[in-house]
Amino acid sequence: MEKKEIRFKINGEDTVISIKPNKTLLEMIREDLKLTGTKEACDHGECGACTVLINGVPVNSCLVLAMEAHGKEILTIEGLKQDDRLDPIQEAFIQNTGMQCGFCTPGMIMSTKALLNRNPKPNDDEIKEAIAGNLCRCTGYTKIFESIKDASSKIGGK
Amino acid sequence: MVIFYRRLPKFEYIKPESQNMLFEILSDNKNCSVYAGGTDLIPKLKKRLIKPPDVLIDLKGLNELDYIKIEGGTLKIGALSTIYSVATSKIVIEKFNILSQAAKSIAAFQIQNRGTIVGNICNAVPSADSAPALLVLNAKLNIKKKDGSRKVNIDEFFIGPNKTVLDKDEIVTEVEISEVPSSFKGIYYKLSTRGKMDLATVGVAVLLGSDNGRFSDIRIGLGAVAPTPIRAKRAEELLKGEKINKELINNAARIASDESSPIDDHRASATYRKIMVETLVKRAICRLTEVG
Repeated sequence: MEKKEIRFKINGEDTVISIKPNKTLLEMIREDLKLTGTKEACDHGECGACTVLINGVPVNSCLVLAMEAHGKEILTIEGLKQDDRLDPIQEAFIQNTGMQCGFCTPGMIMSTKALLNRNPKPNDDEIKEAIAGNLCRCTGYTKIFESIKDASSKIGGK
Repeated sequence: MVIFYRRLPKFEYIKPESQNMLFEILSDNKNCSVYAGGTDLIPKLKKRLIKPPDVLIDLKGLNELDYIKIEGGTLKIGALSTIYSVATSKIVIEKFNILSQAAKSIAAFQIQNRGTIVGNICNAVPSADSAPALLVLNAKLNIKKKDGSRKVNIDEFFIGPNKTVLDKDEIVTEVEISEVPSSFKGIYYKLSTRGKMDLATVGVAVLLGSDNGRFSDIRIGLGAVAPTPIRAKRAEELLKGEKINKELINNAARIASDESSPIDDHRASATYRKIMVETLVKRAICRLTEVG
């Protein structure tokens, strides 16, 4: 099983890496690129902890082969901050305590990022639909929901 | 003892850039698996539910298969069209609404963005949400291989759980759906404890046309209640051409339930599934005909 060279952009940075074909995007992000903000939980596309954006679209990185990143733009939780300023979504999660143990948070925030990029002023149902694929085992959904509402009012205006 | 595998088994990865190249590889008779979204295949490989292939063939290099278009009234969906793109396609919503309802009911956005409608069909689980909708739309599947092609009606495509008529050297390149009269209405009901996040316990698709208070056409598709997705043909026959009334609908719903042959599993008992087929078929027809 030969390694193959792939090129892609991750969090705005051009990257070249040799990778085995049976590595998932999640494994590459965490183990090769050492970006451990993206979490591994169920590893079967059920929980959304590993959500990243590929060309702006949210996907479960545990179900994507690293090879498929070739030529794409990947955004992980580490890529959200601009210089030293956190993304308004991250700020909103902090201010509203939108986390308990925090394990689902990167995935929640990435799903929120995709939602607000597409639709800056989502209604309640649209918010729930957008994070339907992200499970919080602390079951702290109310605070997460409030964080997203707050982020959307900051980004999309009231 | 249950063993939890986490890593993928070893395989070679090929992403053909032309259909010629793809069919050349497929005709070589190697142990290959073809995939588009991978949302079904990757977990199966991780869980070692299928024999690991020597070669994994990624279809996403074949950009020409990524389309949703209308040609002469016929809807054509390419093999690379994602579930999300079908669910949100304006053409599908306006003219083949039941398919968009079904696509919307498949899993979270993260899965919808990767998985494809053709993949949902080829994976051939009895609970595939797109299947009952495609069955009532009389969809045809265009299948290609190295030296030829064929067209298979969707009701002849499934032959058992995870089994289709597809040969190892073939792929489904396109789903084709003929124009549906604009007066036809359709509903897809997915019974599931966790909405779109779980597999359907029962899936019911009903497409009907009415004329002067009669059923001019009626088609009933059922998912997750037989070894394959099925049409409830006897129930349809009972209604076709008849005057719309509550008693007849009740009878048809009972017959549809008789036509199902569900199993007991962790999601529901066979008995419950049978009862819910009757309930949902009745509910769908009543809703569509606005009968009490």
